[in-house]
Amino acid sequence: MGLSNDPEAAVWVRRHAAQWQQLAAETAASARRTHLSVEQALQTLGAYRTLSRHLATVRSQLPGSLPAAALERTCAQLHTVVNRPARFGRAEWVRMVREDVPAAAAAVRVTTLWLAALLAVSTCAGWWLISRYPELVSLIASPQMIDGVEHGHLWTYQILTLGPPALLSARIFSNNVMVTLGAFCFGTLFGLGAFYMIAFNGLMLGGLLAFTHQHGLGLGLLKFTLAHGPVELSVMCLAAAAGTALGEALIRPAEFTRHEALRRRAAQLGPLLLACALLLLGSGLIEGFVSPRPQISILARLAIGLGYWTLMLLWLSGRLFRRTGPRVTS
Amino acid sequence: MADAVLTVRSLTGVEMTLPVAGPGMRSYAFLIDWQIRLLGALAVLLIVVLLRLLPGLPKPLGAHLLVGGGIVALSIYLLYQPVAEIVTRGRTPGLRTAGARIVTLEGTTPGVGSLLIRNVFRLIDALPLCYVVGLITCMLTERHVRLGDIVAGTVMVCAAEAAGAPLERLVLHAQRSALTPDTAELVHDLLERFNTLAPAQRTALALAVLRKVDPDFDVSGTAPEEGALRARLEALLGSVERS
Repeated sequence: MGLSNDPEAAVWVRRHAAQWQQLAAETAASARRTHLSVEQALQTLGAYRTLSRHLATVRSQLPGSLPAAALERTCAQLHTVVNRPARFGRAEWVRMVREDVPAAAAAVRVTTLWLAALLAVSTCAGWWLISRYPELVSLIASPQMIDGVEHGHLWTYQILTLGPPALLSARIFSNNVMVTLGAFCFGTLFGLGAFYMIAFNGLMLGGLLAFTHQHGLGLGLLKFTLAHGPVELSVMCLAAAAGTALGEALIRPAEFTRHEALRRRAAQLGPLLLACALLLLGSGLIEGFVSPRPQISILARLAIGLGYWTLMLLWLSGRLFRRTGPRVTS
Repeated sequence: MADAVLTVRSLTGVEMTLPVAGPGMRSYAFLIDWQIRLLGALAVLLIVVLLRLLPGLPKPLGAHLLVGGGIVALSIYLLYQPVAEIVTRGRTPGLRTAGARIVTLEGTTPGVGSLLIRNVFRLIDALPLCYVVGLITCMLTERHVRLGDIVAGTVMVCAAEAAGAPLERLVLHAQRSALTPDTAELVHDLLERFNTLAPAQRTALALAVLRKVDPDFDVSGTAPEEGALRARLEALLGSVERS
């Protein structure tokens, strides 16, 4: 920083320094308040503008000086505080649920279908693999699971012994959320991470179905997954599709830089992730409270599974929370 | 390596720079927040354990208490960071203590979406353990950002108060001292570091500065004492009355 010892400039700085400090304090205090009247907001903006204008003057008169640096630091700080987004209130939540989630789902609809196809193909591949080479089941199931199935017991109905349903639901929910977020985040590896997660889960699902089928327990496993499975698998495909979209933004950024394309795509798909988490919460509750109870009939499970899945489709297509009246714009 | 800065444009079109927080400041802020959430979770568990020790507590209620407490403790540990960032608008207690804040690439306060996205990507940044991926990304990128910041479009910058609030100092010097602002800052810096310098060095520096800025300073005769030099500099700055 150079020394500027111009007496006139020093006098000018001395005359304005206290005013700058006062303006900065006032602006920062206003920016911290939750509610401001229009007058107060305009006054704050006026003060911020005055400081910016003085910064420009000081820069031209005293370039590289301490006052320029001090004023710049204060202005930059105020810039951050003043330029803040509106509070994420009820209106924003409603808009997100009603508009942003369906829009994000629509943006990845085709990719979701492709990933669902990949899941189906890898499930078939898993089935074929374990049917042909049964010894490979040790790769996807624990020795206890294998032993139980070989003795005619499905592990799924014993999970209630692991803890109360509420705790079970919480554990299942957190596990599913981690898998879903993982599918999304690993999409940044040019989409390959998402493909891997879908293919791996498909192989596991198919392999376990084939293994239980070999021991006459296939229907039991199907019965267990019927209530929560449709939404859980769909959400996994959705999250993987969102992750693939992130990867696509890196491969084909179009008119933006890769960084900017990634940022925009992530912002667009963020609401979809929240929707996925909410859907998984419901799914976890079903898996904890409904699925492990053998006394619940297969028809009831089918009704719950299909009902929840339909609800999900209606939400994601924008039909569930469709606006009934005309849109009011302010 | 030169200090990284984030250049932003104000409403009036004037460009400004915000100093970017480096890996050290980021780690410091993270450690403080981590300790808060860890202590919060442990406090909940401790309360649950103490409640279970109450005499006459039915056994099923005790079990439910443990389950509920476990869920609450886990929620505090896992959700503290995103919730704190959203509630404080990018200034968690850890960030505040470290003198940093999260801003967007435009230098503005980030929205809920950006803060959530940057937290979701902790899943990758935390891999394989202890935020190794995040730390490496942070060291390699120009703006010292981890993967979550890249995707969310956020940057961690030093807050103004961390830099010693230069405007306050400028005002103080302007009110009390007759020196020009830059000279006052020079004297201030010297006084601030006075005790950390070697005696010979500080005497030489004080003499050099006084000869340059104080026309009343008498250079002839015997060399003044260190204390007298310091008092003279303080008088010039206006922090004590001129004798």
